[in-house]
Amino acid sequence: MAVVYQKSTGLTDVEMHYCPGCTHGVIHKLVADALVELDLLDNTVGVAPVGCSVFAYNYFNCDMHEAAHGRAPAVATGIKRVLPDNTVFTYQGDGDLAAIGTAEVIHAAMRGESITTIFVNNAIYGMTGGQMAPTTLVGQKATTAPLGRDQAHYGQPLHMAEMIGLIGGAAYSTRVTVVDMPNMMKARNAIKKAFQMQREKKGFTFVEVLSTCPTNWGLTPVQSLSWVKDTMMQEFPLGVFKDIDKKE
Amino acid sequence: MASRVTFNQDRCKGCSLCTVVCPKNIIFLDRTITNRRGYHPATVEDMAACIGCANCARMCPDSVITVERNIEEEKTT
Amino acid sequence: MKKELWKGNEAIAEAAIRAGCRHFFGYPITPQNEIPEYMSLHMPKVGGVFVQAESEVAAINMVYGAAGSGARVMTSSSSPGISLKQEGISYLAGAELPCLIVNIMRGGPGLGTIQPAQADYYQATRGGGNGDYRVIVLAPATIQEACDQVRDGFDLADKYRMPVMILADGMIGQMMEAVEWHDSKVDDLPEKAWATTGTKGQRKPNIINSLFIDPNESENHNLKLNRKYEEVKANEIRYEADIPEDCEVVFVAYGTPARLARAAVRVLKEEGINAGLFRPITLWPFPERELHEIAKRDSVKAVVAVEMSMGQMIDDVKIAVNGVKPVGFCGKAGGIVPTPREVADAAKDALKGAR
Ligand SMILES: Cc1ncc(C[n+]2csc(CCOP(=O)(O)OP(=O)(O)O)c2C)c(N)n1
Ligand code: SF4
Ligand code: SF4
Ligand code: SF4
Repeated sequence: MAVVYQKSTGLTDVEMHYCPGCTHGVIHKLVADALVELDLLDNTVGVAPVGCSVFAYNYFNCDMHEAAHGRAPAVATGIKRVLPDNTVFTYQGDGDLAAIGTAEVIHAAMRGESITTIFVNNAIYGMTGGQMAPTTLVGQKATTAPLGRDQAHYGQPLHMAEMIGLIGGAAYSTRVTVVDMPNMMKARNAIKKAFQMQREKKGFTFVEVLSTCPTNWGLTPVQSLSWVKDTMMQEFPLGVFKDIDKKE
Repeated sequence: MASRVTFNQDRCKGCSLCTVVCPKNIIFLDRTITNRRGYHPATVEDMAACIGCANCARMCPDSVITVERNIEEEKTT
Repeated sequence: MKKELWKGNEAIAEAAIRAGCRHFFGYPITPQNEIPEYMSLHMPKVGGVFVQAESEVAAINMVYGAAGSGARVMTSSSSPGISLKQEGISYLAGAELPCLIVNIMRGGPGLGTIQPAQADYYQATRGGGNGDYRVIVLAPATIQEACDQVRDGFDLADKYRMPVMILADGMIGQMMEAVEWHDSKVDDLPEKAWATTGTKGQRKPNIINSLFIDPNESENHNLKLNRKYEEVKANEIRYEADIPEDCEVVFVAYGTPARLARAAVRVLKEEGINAGLFRPITLWPFPERELHEIAKRDSVKAVVAVEMSMGQMIDDVKIAVNGVKPVGFCGKAGGIVPTPREVADAAKDALKGAR
């Protein structure tokens, strides 16, 4: 018998604290597998955010920094400028990246920092208990938008992958999801490609992953997968918004 | 037996994500067991039906599942 | 070594490069712009890195990243920018990372003024960010001293794994003075085995972190930090005391006001009053015991704090004097520098009150 799938060696043996069925765990696995498959893990420094994935520093089996809320791309910049030949990534939620840390990620992209940002978009603030995020859908309920996000009051969700795609220093920007097997394979390839491009020093690489938050969406884990497909993907289309390898 | 899935049941959170991606529909939560975290862990009884596709293992957020496949047997049949 | 004429800010930048700093992250703000400008020109010449960040918040977080990866790293700013850096400074302190932060102070509050001031004393010595932490605060009164403190500051930071701040008023940054470079060799500093440089498959992952979610772990971490701060207090207090015999009144001042207080000592001498100057060089840890001993002397009738603020360091002076003598004050704010005459008059007032 040959092992066709087992726990990634890119992850530590620490049990993850995520809620049952939260796809943060799936995304961790894809990142860890990509680093192992590209033989980058031993030379990687990751940056954990503030959000549900704050403990990512305990889960990835590589050197890690825990950054202040939203500052991961600035922290990663500092690391990368000291260690230009190491692989440096940030792993951030939507509150972290698209609200408090918008400036940091945009400017890391502008400078073309040779880092990879994994952006976990679950359309809500998970850790603090389900408050509205910049990515919350119009009409979607949150604890600070109990009647649903009101467009007249809060406008419309931020589309980060598209925004990053417009920035000169960005080499790659894509939106993927992990809620079914074909999409998970695409997500896996996207993450691998991002790290590969970083290794080739091509510029800033950005992978937005549509993820679930069953706990704060008030859905079961399985229903949450469907909600991403049926509802979230209507607002946030999957696709590649920039890829300098594909020059038209 | 062509393939085998094993569950590290202590670490299962009973989320059911593995059950919905199994093309053979053979994974279920074992209501007769409650693990140390208080969840009914996933399991497979009809192991002979498993095709070793690893969908379940890839989907599991908690890396509970290991999948093995008898490559030799596949080659000879 | 021959002396050279240097502008304060540029001298500080050059001193940092000479001290082995190869990473600088900053954001423009008057009156410290010459530091990042100098760095942008000279860092690349020594293979170093200068990055102008999108904000002071980003700059200090770049420092956090670079420090965690083991670099000798620095940032500089002025008062409003230092306010923005407080988040990062708190994280650096919490994660026990070494770095040098230079604050060339201007007047406040808010946008205040671009003129020199010392109104950030509380922020620097009490910890402007959240949590129970300290940074070593060094206060230069000359450009030579500022240069020496840059080297000293980096070494202290590495030795204790904590941020060090040079707190200078805008005057020190902007004026020109003679500087003599002594390229002393770096002391034996501890190796940075904790730095995140990639495991190379040779060791367990290193983690740079200030989060301790378990209350017991969190308390233990705070206790550990506190033991370190006690060690700094025991070993690293710096000050200068120029106290004549029969000294009647002691000025306490740092930075530019220390220079003016020295002039006031001469003014008073001509008027037959024996005055002295006590100049804390480390503002944290404050030379508390040392000042107390001087205040206790029989000849000393009063102590006068001189500041370019409405009175911040005076709190530490009062703690040190601890009621043994009255404490007077001479303070100017908003970019106004006190004259030696005003300082001398404050001493006379204090003496009058003491009789
Ligand atoms: C400066 C600061 N402000 C606010 C918080 C509180 N906080 C912690 S996590 C979080 C939001 C996290 O949401 P998101 O980034 O979407 O990640 P998720 O938890 O959904 O994965 C907030 C506001 C903080 N830790 N620091
Ligand atoms: S709160 Fe939401 S995002 Fe956070 S772990 Fe739970 S399900 Fe995941
Ligand atoms: S390996 Fe495939 S067939 Fe076997 S249990 Fe898992 S998902 Fe089902
Ligand atoms: S996906 Fe993993 S955690 Fe969820 S039920 Fe299946 S084995 Fe258990």
